[in-house]
Order: sequence, then structure tokens, then C-alpha cells
Amino acid sequence: MTMVPHALPPVPDVGGPAQPLLKVDGLTKHFPVRGTGFFAPKLVARAVDGVSFSIAKGETLGVVGESGCGKSTTARLLMRLIEPDAGEMVFDGELVGEELGIRDLRRRMQMVFQDSYASLNPRLIIADSLAFAPTVHGIPHAEAMAAAAELLEQVGLDPKAVLGRYPHQLSGGQRQRINIARALALRPRLVILDEAVSALDKSVEAQVLNLLVDLKRRFDLTYVFISHDLNVVHYIADRAMVMYLGKVVEIGPVDRIYADPRHPYTRALFAARLSSDPERRSVAAALEGDPPNPINPPSGCRFRTRCPLAGEICAAHEPVVTDLGEGHSVACHLADPASGHSEASRHG
Amino acid sequence: MADTPLLSVSGLSVAFDTPRGTAKAVNGIDFGLDRGEILCLLGESGSGKSVTLRALMRLLPERRSKIGGRVTIEGEDLYALPERRVEDLRGKTVSMVFQDPMLAFDPVYTIGRQIAETILRHEAVSRAEADRRALELLEKVQIPSARRRLDAYPHEMSGGMRQRAMIALALACNPSILLADEPTTALDATVQMQVLLLLRRLQAETGMAVIMVTHDIGVAAETADRVAVMYAGRIVEQGTAAQVLKTPRHPYSVGLFASTVHAGLKHQRLDAIPGAPPDLTALPAGCAFAPRCPRREAACEVAPPPVTATADGRSVVCVSAAALARS
Ligand SMILES: Nc1ncnc2c1ncn2[C@@H]1O[C@H](COP(=O)(O)OP(=O)(O)OP(=O)(O)O)[C@@H](O)[C@H]1O
Ligand SMILES: Nc1ncnc2c1ncn2[C@@H]1O[C@H](COP(=O)(O)OP(=O)(O)OP(=O)(O)O)[C@@H](O)[C@H]1O
Ligand SMILES: [Mg+2]
Ligand SMILES: [Mg+2]
Repeated sequence: MTMVPHALPPVPDVGGPAQPLLKVDGLTKHFPVRGTGFFAPKLVARAVDGVSFSIAKGETLGVVGESGCGKSTTARLLMRLIEPDAGEMVFDGELVGEELGIRDLRRRMQMVFQDSYASLNPRLIIADSLAFAPTVHGIPHAEAMAAAAELLEQVGLDPKAVLGRYPHQLSGGQRQRINIARALALRPRLVILDEAVSALDKSVEAQVLNLLVDLKRRFDLTYVFISHDLNVVHYIADRAMVMYLGKVVEIGPVDRIYADPRHPYTRALFAARLSSDPERRSVAAALEGDPPNPINPPSGCRFRTRCPLAGEICAAHEPVVTDLGEGHSVACHLADPASGHSEASRHG
Repeated sequence: MADTPLLSVSGLSVAFDTPRGTAKAVNGIDFGLDRGEILCLLGESGSGKSVTLRALMRLLPERRSKIGGRVTIEGEDLYALPERRVEDLRGKTVSMVFQDPMLAFDPVYTIGRQIAETILRHEAVSRAEADRRALELLEKVQIPSARRRLDAYPHEMSGGMRQRAMIALALACNPSILLADEPTTALDATVQMQVLLLLRRLQAETGMAVIMVTHDIGVAAETADRVAVMYAGRIVEQGTAAQVLKTPRHPYSVGLFASTVHAGLKHQRLDAIPGAPPDLTALPAGCAFAPRCPRREAACEVAPPPVTATADGRSVVCVSAAALARS
């Protein structure tokens, strides 16, 4: 194993292994949106609405949920690419925005996006793209260039072949490896992968997943892995967080959630997985209708309009988070014996 | 008429003139489609699935593309027909649904109007009759409050609803062949399942044949009677869905299925296929998969491998499969 002669030293661990790397409390983002028509009322999209979770050092947290449930908005809030309306973030014991400045946060946390073009400047050769952030952080250009070549080797590319190329001269899989190298250039501790393998072909996706597993060990990383592919999340994540319309509905160890999902939405999502056996096909859809809009979310539990088990209580009150033990928790009236849902005891 | 194959494709090839040279997108493919059959073309990005579908509707830009081989639909040679007759065929005998329904609809007309117009274009019926059938179609694809939705504009519908409306449009004139290009790829998991079940049900009710293009093994497993796996513009393997998906024979299919993540693989290293698909402007002389193939031998690099048909009705295009069949 080669060590990267890194210009930037890794950020030291502050609070020790037991302290969460990141703790998020009540994170909220409401986007103002325009209605249609002249007297259009001012509306808000409750994209992320009171999201709380924590990530242990060295783990991979998978985030799943349907389109528009707030996965990318959560990621952008964690990176502070957008300002939260409410909520607190503590990174390795330091309150973000107070003890830890945004610039320092961005050294500790990096992001890789689905669109492999999005974070590479089309007019820059790969060498310059990779050296850009380290140079901004005060590393001399020559050192940044040497580090770039090392990083490319770490992500399985031949530096001689790609350093002088432009993004459009590379395949999607190669570009995504470069984005991963770029994210690692600042020696972050947390990497957010937002659908980072979703646009890749299956055969290439497997290569990149293997790479991510290797890099995590080699660089002592923690991942937030966002994906709509439940199989990929099962494979790579230690814990999974399920979101629906801006809320966390269930979170816990991946093996527990996949073996025994407790929220009716999680169950429906899992039931919608396609069969890979033509002799054992799906016979019924688990859910009817489309996910509703975060502009006017249903009262009480946001899933109740599609939930086969919804009762009166579900429209009246938002469910509280019920701890099921072993780090598994769910926000559903059925799991809460005190909720007053008529079937709470049977399903809880 | 019953004996004429519904669709038959032989030696189909498509090449495009591009600034970088000639891109050989489809390189001699053969397949047939029976009445009432669902065939899935399964392959990765750029393997030529969409180009093949467009060739079946004669929708490729004729000036910038070179098309070879033969396509017959209900016995008629598609590329020998006058354009007027082809327009007649499109929508009536063969119709298509896309990944993005906005491609199928004109944003300035209501859904109901567009379906009714399609019926009026192909059939001698009254306006009132066309309107009545439009409503019936929206009900058939399970759009809730269908009567109200007739007056909706495409942008007023959710993604899943628009996809259903596009399917209704495609079915307007009871086509005998439906071409579906990744119809559920852009949909959420729960909605994708609804639409796949709908397509399966509609196929069974109408008896139409379907060619479904997908990169997703799950979509093929959920819908296909037969599967054809494409790589670099060739069908490398075809057979029944169970044959191809459960016991793949071509090294590319084997590799593709092995590299697809599933629950059983946790904590294991994935069996990725090394390398990337070839540049279509510089295809190797032999098998296009040879540079990535674990079973590559000298013969693979000399000439394209032969098609080996086996007794159980499947075919594999691979030197090692040919050797296996001989022994
Ligand atoms: N800048 C913005 N202005 C207004 N609304 C926004 C903005 N960004 C996101 N939204 C809305 O917030 C909601 C959550 O969006 P987000 O991109 O976080 O979803 P997602 O879970 O990442 O979905 P996908 O799986 O499609 O990527 C959506 O309804 C979206 O339309
Ligand atoms: N009009 C065109 N001009 C030039 N090249 C084209 C044209 N249409 C398609 N191609 C090329 O032909 C090849 C096959 O394209 P096709 O769209 O059939 O792939 P596909 O299998 O449908 O892939 P995907 O899963 O990404 O949709 C690609 O390399 C594509 O760039
Ligand atoms: Mg997103
Ligand atoms: Mg395509």
C-alpha cells in the first residue's frame, strides 16, 4: 500500500472513536416557491423538515427514499451549500458555524454528485481540476500537482493517460473516479456520495463500489451514501435512513431494517423492488398513487394518504420517534403503544 | 396472414456519420417477434437499444445514417415502403412509448384532445366517438378521475400519471406492436412497479406484442417472455427470459449479472467486469467484448464470432460457446 505524500495532513480526530463524527438536530429547509396565476399565494416546499440523525466515525450511512423526499437537500445542508432555516450540526464535537467555521467544515466534508460532469470545469484539464481546491487552501501548485497524480493512482487511473485530458474526453466511469479523487484531495473525514454510482452502467458501477470500499479503509473515511437503489445501499451501508417527504421515517442498522422494516412506507418501498427471477414475478403493487408534493404535505403523518394502515390518529398527530432498541427507530403511530392507533399493539 | 411473422429483423445494421468518424451503433442483428410476445432488449448505455427501436419505426435521420439489413412488419418490407405508408403504420400497427413522456405530448394541447386526434388521424370515426374512446383509454390505464384528466395539460400531471397517459396515447389505435424504450426508468420505485404491472396487464388483455428496451435486469425479469442481450450493437445472446437470466451463457451476460449488486453479496468484493465498452467508431475486428473477456482466446480477436443456436432454442454469439456446442 502506497501512502500519499499528501500536501495537506489529515484532520486530526478530536473527540475519540465514541463521539459521533456528525450529529444533526432538527435540520430544516423550506424553499419559497411561486404558485401559478396573478394572485398566486406564496407557498413553501418543506423539502427537509426537522431531520435529526448522527453518524458514527468510520460508518457508512445509507439514505433512501423516493424522488423529492429531500435526500439531496439534506446533503447540501450538511455541506452548507445552502443555509438551513433551523437546526444544529455538530462535527466531531464542534458546533458548526460557531466553533467550526464553514471553510474548515468543507475541508472535513466533501461531496460527489450523480452527474459526473457537474463538478468538473469543462474548460480545465483534469490536472488543474484536481489541484484547484488544494491550491485555494494554500498548498503550493507543484505540490498540489504531485498529489493529484498520486490520487489518480489511488482511484485506479493512469495519471499519464488522464492528467492532460478534458472531462469530455473520458468515459462516465473515469469521470466519476476523478470526482472521487477530487473529493479526496483535501483529505476529508466525511464524504457524501449523492447518487454517485447511479448513472454508471452496472459493470462499471461494481468497479466504483469496490473502489469506494477500498478508499474508505485506506483513508479512514466515513460515508453518507445516498441512493435510490436499495440493493446497493444494502451492500455498502452499515446503517440506513429512510426518508419520506422531508422527514426521516425510519433509521437503523441495515441488516435489521432490511430483515424487518417497521414503517409501512419502508415495507412498501422494499416490496417495490423488482424480482430478478422471471419465474417469481411481482403480482401486486405495494402502493397506489404517486408521492405527494412537499408544498402542501398531509397533516399528521405525511405518509397517511398512501398508507394501507392509516387510522384517525394519523391525520391528527405527527408520530413521535419510537426507539425499537439496537439503534433502530421509527416514526409511526403503529410502533408507539401510547399513540392511540387502534392497531398499535398488533403491528408495533 | 396468421403464418406471416409479425416482425422480423435480419442483418440490421445502423451506422452514423459523426465528426469523429463512422459510429457503428448496430452491427447486424437478427430477431423475430411473435404475436402476443414480450421481448426485452437488455443492454448497457450505448449498446444500441434505442437506435434499434427507432430503426423499427423508420425514425432514424436518413441522411446522416446508413441502414442495412431488412425489417419486415406483417410481411411488408419497411424500408421499401413509401413514406406515406410508413406514417400510416406508425401509431396504428406499431407505436412507441418513451422514457420521457414530454417527448410524446405537445405541451399546448390537452391530453384528451391529443389522444382523440391520434384516433381521428388513423380511423374514420366521428369526433364524439374519438372523444369517447379517449376517455375509455384513460380509464384503461387507471388514471384516477379520468373524465377530469381529459382536460388536463401534460405539465399538470405527475410523472407517473403522464407515463400512463402516454401509454394510453400509444394504445389509441390498438397497435399490434408496442415499442417501449425504458418506460419506467425515470419513475420512482413504487410507481415503476405500478406501471410495469399495468403494461403486463394491458399486453395480456389486448394480445399485442411488446419490445421493451431496458438496462435493468429486474425490468426484464418482471416482463419478458424472451430476452436479447445487446453489447456494442450486437445481440450477444437470446433465449427465453428464464434461460438468459437464470443461466446466462455469453461471458458478457455472465459478467453483467455477476456485477449486479444484490443482498447476498454484502461484505464480498464485487465481480466487476474490467474496462469499459468499446468506442463505436473504432470497433475491434473480432468480438467487441474480447478486450474485457475472461475467456478470450486467439480466435476471438480475428473475426466476429459465429452465432451458435442450441437445441433448446437459444442462441449465443461467442467462440467458446460454439466450441462447447460442437463437443
Ligand atoms: N432550490 C429549490 N427551490 C425550490 N424547491 C426545491 C429546491 N431544491 C429542492 N426543492 C424541492 O425540495 C424537494 C426535495 O428535493 P431534493 O432534491 O432534496 O430531493 P431528492 O430526495 O434528492 O430527490 P431525487 O431522488 O429526485 O434526487 C423537492 O420537492 C424539490 O422540488
Ligand atoms: N443520431 C445519432 N448520431 C450519431 N450517433 C448516434 C445517434 N443516435 C445514437 N447514436 C450513437 O449510437 C450508439 C447507440 O445509441 P443508443 O441510443 O441506441 O444506445 P442505448 O443502448 O439506447 O443506450 P442508453 O441505455 O444510454 O439509452 C451510441 O453510441 C450513440 O451515441
Ligand atoms: Mg437528489
Ligand atoms: Mg436508449
